[in-house]
Amino acid sequence: MDLRIDEKQAGERVSPATLVSGGAAPAEDGALYEARKQIYPQSVTGTFRRIKWIILAVTLGIYYLLPFVRWDRGPGAPNQAVLVDLEHNRFYFFFIEIWPQEVYYITGLMILAALGLFLMNALAGRVWCGYLCPQTVWTDLFLAIERLAEGDRRERMRKDAGPWNVQRVAEKIVKHSLWLAIAWWTGGAWVLYFNDAPTLVRQLATFHAPAIAYIWIGILTGTTYILAGFMREQVCLYMCPWPRIQAALTDENALNVTYRYDRGEPRMSVKKAKAARTLGGPAGDCVDCGQCVAVCPTGVDIRGGLNMGCIQCGLCIDACDNVMRKIGRPERLIAYDTDVNIQRRLAGLENVFKPVRVRTVLYTVLIVGIFALMAGKMFTRADASLAVIHDRNPLFVTLSTGEIRNGYTVRFANMAPKSRHFVLKVEGLPGSRFEVIGEDKNTSGREDLDIGPDQTRETRLLVFSGTAKPQGNSTPLRFVVTDETGKTVATAKDFFRAP
Amino acid sequence: MANASDPRVDARTGTPTTGHEWDGIAELNTPLPRWWLWTFYLCIIWSIAYWIVYPAWPGIAGWTHGMFGWNSRTAVVQDLQELKTMRAAGEAKLSAAKLEDIEKNPELLSIARAQGAAAFANNCAPCHGAGAQGAVGYPNLNDDEWLWGGKLADIQTTLQHGIRWDADKDTRSGAMPAFGKDGTLKADEIKNVAQYVRSLSGLPNEGGADLAKGKKVFADNCAACHGDDGKGNQELGAPNLTDKIWLYGSTTAAIENRVTVGGGGQMPAWGDRLDPTTIKALTVYVHSLGGGK
Repeated sequence: MDLRIDEKQAGERVSPATLVSGGAAPAEDGALYEARKQIYPQSVTGTFRRIKWIILAVTLGIYYLLPFVRWDRGPGAPNQAVLVDLEHNRFYFFFIEIWPQEVYYITGLMILAALGLFLMNALAGRVWCGYLCPQTVWTDLFLAIERLAEGDRRERMRKDAGPWNVQRVAEKIVKHSLWLAIAWWTGGAWVLYFNDAPTLVRQLATFHAPAIAYIWIGILTGTTYILAGFMREQVCLYMCPWPRIQAALTDENALNVTYRYDRGEPRMSVKKAKAARTLGGPAGDCVDCGQCVAVCPTGVDIRGGLNMGCIQCGLCIDACDNVMRKIGRPERLIAYDTDVNIQRRLAGLENVFKPVRVRTVLYTVLIVGIFALMAGKMFTRADASLAVIHDRNPLFVTLSTGEIRNGYTVRFANMAPKSRHFVLKVEGLPGSRFEVIGEDKNTSGREDLDIGPDQTRETRLLVFSGTAKPQGNSTPLRFVVTDETGKTVATAKDFFRAP
Repeated sequence: MANASDPRVDARTGTPTTGHEWDGIAELNTPLPRWWLWTFYLCIIWSIAYWIVYPAWPGIAGWTHGMFGWNSRTAVVQDLQELKTMRAAGEAKLSAAKLEDIEKNPELLSIARAQGAAAFANNCAPCHGAGAQGAVGYPNLNDDEWLWGGKLADIQTTLQHGIRWDADKDTRSGAMPAFGKDGTLKADEIKNVAQYVRSLSGLPNEGGADLAKGKKVFADNCAACHGDDGKGNQELGAPNLTDKIWLYGSTTAAIENRVTVGGGGQMPAWGDRLDPTTIKALTVYVHSLGGGK
């Protein structure tokens, strides 16, 4: 492959076919498909590998163990810290309980997640892809198991090219069994978020769990096994929209895993480079050992410049650093850098790093602002609510005395974990009175209601004009709910319609 | 790598072309990965399997029934059965409860109102309106005037046996004579009695009728059913003429017309069409609209 590097190349359109090392094998005339080139990533040690191991352990640890964390919410309420209770329409997250009508908090989280991705991308490229994406994390885990069972890159390539024998079959069985076990446990952990975990584990172990649990475990076992075991980089190259989106989001100041061709070119052997340097001629640090390609989980040659196939996991940085140390040259021939800096160094200028830019500041402000808004709303939210819907048809009823009556459907929600006593009053039409269907008729102008813990109650409410003479055909009303202490806990607005 | 001078390779991207070219624009050949192609083939196989498993092909006198004989009609029947099973618990509670206790129990009330609203929309709304608001000749069920009684038991009886529904021997009956048509009352008598009736609820005398004569006509002809004071009689379905609610309108023309042609509306008996629990739910629903006594 021609590895001539110029400014143009970084921004050029790169087709998926040219991403894998060795470039595009021209398709046979009439071939309907692109034959997949199996990638055998080599193991590597170093800073970024260590970071990736730590993130893998932490994220998977959280995923697998979080359902077992307990959180006491008092009697009658589930004591699982994180629980999506679909049956009762509640979402629990430690001290937070979300009702269905508060689903905008989830929307807020989605917006925060998107802005977080944008910020990461503006600062250091595809941090998400390289370190945090579930596809990356599980593929990493599956690759580690593959290495454990079948050996490193060269051994796997040799074995796959060679004949089948007992040892190879045994290794494959071990590998796939371990993969399936992890995949199964991945699906298992998923369903635990939707049900009391210890109970469900017991049910699963004794085959008494509901069918839907087995179906979901089956689905996630299948997707984990196939996506992390077989599809791997194909997911990033063909399925995922994020590489395309992030290509549009990046800019020249964003740090990206970059081959510093100002230092690396022209490539030559260690010996030739030494000779060239003593003569004062041009000599690059890249010895063309191919280690950066060998460790790459997507089979990219980073020396071809920034491209869509690179998930920016930094493993090539580790691989190259190891080589540079051996040949006594400075580390970070491949590093988090920008194309701007390469051009500046070529022009004899100092490096510049600009993490503080208009867009990063904007993203940060938005993230902090939205988070503050959500937190503020969360901690000041009411623990009771009232929703009022006016009857659509008829809008009003004339009674035999000539009095006007309006009907409303009213829903009270007691979002506190204890039973409460509410008092409802209707304000805005002096002289009017109201009744709640099913409650004893009274003329005190208030209605007392008891609502159980974490429950709602819907009822029908009738407002009578009484001695009031409504002016015009629409008079604003205010429905006010107070608790035992007389504190207003919820209000709602509606109208009293008249002829 | 492909030779840059090869005409079948795009020089700029190094990607092979399909050889198709339009005005100098060549089509790059970036084939799909093999697994993607396989998913297409799998979809084709899936669609063929679908033809075999499900009803698919129309014929002259029928259609292919598929392997398991599935069809959407039996599916609907099955869904309805499941719905019935799902509602059975609430239905049983409703069935066991006494009519007058339902509104006092929030759970039963919500079951009855939900079921009643559905039954109302299916059966009653064509005449009484979607919100039971009624129309000329069809009573508004939201208000507090009841021709045949607004207590739970009264409403249940009306639903069960209908009004002037001859097929049901227990139906509510009682019709106003056609005083004008059959010649019992003359035109000026009708005019006087109509204005007298209007005066009962404080409406002004239109056309200078003699109210004293009207009162006499009323006492001789109308009071038997509507009462001496005009407050009506629910035993006979005779409306209260002293209040603000008028089934056929309060204009002079409307009242004179009623006196002339007489009669009254009809309502079917639902007892032989709806099951007792549905009638119970409908009773509570109508009662809880607001006018129930």
